[in-house]
Amino acid sequence: MSKFGGSNNKKEVPSMTSSSLSDIVFMLLFFFMVTTQMRETENKVIVKIPEASEVVKLERKDLNSYINIGTPIKSLQAMYGTEARIQLNDSFKTTDDIRDFIAAERESKSEQDRQFMTTSIRADQDVRMGIITDVKQELRRCSALKIMYSARKGGK
Amino acid sequence: MNTSSTADIAFLLLCYFLMTTTMGSQTGLSRRLPPMPDKDQKVEDQKVNRRNIIQVKINSADRILAGSEPIDISQLKDKIKEFLTNPMNDPNLPEKEVQDIEGFGEYPVSKGIISLQNDRGTSYQAYIAVQNELVKAVNELRDDFSRKNYSKVFSQLTEEQQGIVKKAVPQFISEAEPKDVGRRR
Repeated sequence: MSKFGGSNNKKEVPSMTSSSLSDIVFMLLFFFMVTTQMRETENKVIVKIPEASEVVKLERKDLNSYINIGTPIKSLQAMYGTEARIQLNDSFKTTDDIRDFIAAERESKSEQDRQFMTTSIRADQDVRMGIITDVKQELRRCSALKIMYSARKGGK
Repeated sequence: MNTSSTADIAFLLLCYFLMTTTMGSQTGLSRRLPPMPDKDQKVEDQKVNRRNIIQVKINSADRILAGSEPIDISQLKDKIKEFLTNPMNDPNLPEKEVQDIEGFGEYPVSKGIISLQNDRGTSYQAYIAVQNELVKAVNELRDDFSRKNYSKVFSQLTEEQQGIVKKAVPQFISEAEPKDVGRRR
């Protein structure tokens, strides 16, 4: 019974219990897992989204397909130049490829969701309208009529 | 079991998710493109009463023309509001049609259409800025209407009431057929 009492009892400071730490971190982890979404594609164009004050939120993120338009990123400028390009999924495309892209997107959604599909045009603020007009005309031809001009909320 | 490493593992996972995911929700201006026109139908549409259409044009230097006069972007909203409300019943501004709105009653709904036209050289930023002003004009009119009839702003109304307001103050923004003004960039 020398464990208890006795004069040789050292006053030991109990070490901090770190068992709750993992719980806290796991909670943080779950928070991030729920609130964020996976980045699907790597951006190959520089997109600085213009500001607008009357933006609305996207209702269904999963029914959204993105068309990125902008100048290629620095490391790709040697290959593709600085002219504004269209990026669909993971590669540079031309307006002719939009038809296939939309068809593929449509195919991947369920039947009753197809009518709610939205195409989000994420274009750099310095892009000229010519290329966007081409994209819009192509979208009209594919009858993907619901579009969204991406813009971020900026106070005015 | 020694649990001190669980925290490290969880931290690693956390870092992984922080790197691979994106947070911010997608926002933007929602629009509906007109379907591709049929060849015969197009001509008839052009004959819509001239007073009901306001042409907003943006040229390649991002200057704005509303109706027939050049205008600054800061004045565009008021111009559009005046166009849509037509407070003096000016014969040059759009006519109103008394419509029976379900759940509200009769209300003179403006038949005004905003037609937006841009050049191929217009910058996207200017285009969005103009779109934004147009939406803002409509939103403010909707707010006015809601405040007058329900003494609340539009965003605080119930869905049903919002539907009524949307019918009373419709948002007709047509993105005209693009005009090719030379292929210069």
